[in-house]
Amino acid sequence: MKFLKFLLLGILFGIIMTKAEIISWFRIYEMFKFESFHMYGIIGSAIFLGLLYIQIIKRFNIKSIDGLEINFVPKKSGFIRYFVGGTIFGLGWAVTGACPGPMFVLLGNGFLTVFVMILGSVLGTFIYGLLKEKLPH
Amino acid sequence: MEFIYSPWPWYVAGPIISLIMLFLILFGKTFGMSSNLRTMCSALGAEKFSDFFKFDWKAQIWNLVVILGAIIGGYIAYNFMIIDYSIDLNPKTIKHLKLLGIEYNGGSYMPDELFSLSVLESWKGWVFLLFGGILIGFGTRYAGGCTSGHAISGLSNLQFPSLIAVVGFFFGGLIMTHFLLPVILSNWFLI
Repeated sequence: MKFLKFLLLGILFGIIMTKAEIISWFRIYEMFKFESFHMYGIIGSAIFLGLLYIQIIKRFNIKSIDGLEINFVPKKSGFIRYFVGGTIFGLGWAVTGACPGPMFVLLGNGFLTVFVMILGSVLGTFIYGLLKEKLPH
Repeated sequence: MEFIYSPWPWYVAGPIISLIMLFLILFGKTFGMSSNLRTMCSALGAEKFSDFFKFDWKAQIWNLVVILGAIIGGYIAYNFMIIDYSIDLNPKTIKHLKLLGIEYNGGSYMPDELFSLSVLESWKGWVFLLFGGILIGFGTRYAGGCTSGHAISGLSNLQFPSLIAVVGFFFGGLIMTHFLLPVILSNWFLI
């Protein structure tokens, strides 16, 4: 039962990703061509409201539902890992039209070939784990 | 009812995504999808190969439940909440794609040329899907997050590293869309 709330949030995520066409390869292509406001509006409004929520949580010291302090762990400082890793992900995002969340939503939409892509992304994560110590961060 | 079946605009989608993030924070978690890929590696026994996968992955099962929900949500939306699968794409985009060999016929969210089952009949299809996935999995873990973890969660919390990552996402995306994709599609994949 403790997982039910996460299942429901996931279902809502899957519905919104599908209904707003965020999972569409065409929408991602259009976004990188700067030919539509749609995706920018989605990401921008999510960040704007997210900023507001996080400020409210911090300002009023709002606790989690378990009554615990909410900690926002700051990202480790660095440049190379964020820029190079980000660029590699960007290449993958634009060629497949998918991110690690929408990939799974696509599966639910019946695009079975996406399963090969998911396998690839698990493999890519595994390769990172193998090379981690040798990569500049 | 009209609202359920028609495509949802950005000003509905963005706020709902931020609410999903808010609820995850209030549940004591974080909004980040790519971490699941690391959890899957660990669950499959990858800790034998790298310490990176030695962590308490069972504490991350809640996030696997989120993506299980995402699959179910995708199924529900596709089967019960859409009548017309056409997307209101910019006519210019449709024209560009046609030049690359991708026909937009309005009947699907994904181009058949890249994602239909027949793609798996050629080795090029496997390479396309697998290598695309590897870029996603490797890149997100190297950068420590994806669109949900960096762009939305990170920028909402004013994290400078996330800004660098997001600049990277767009730098890579623009190079792919404007320079590499035309070559991949018209000179390699679609031949």
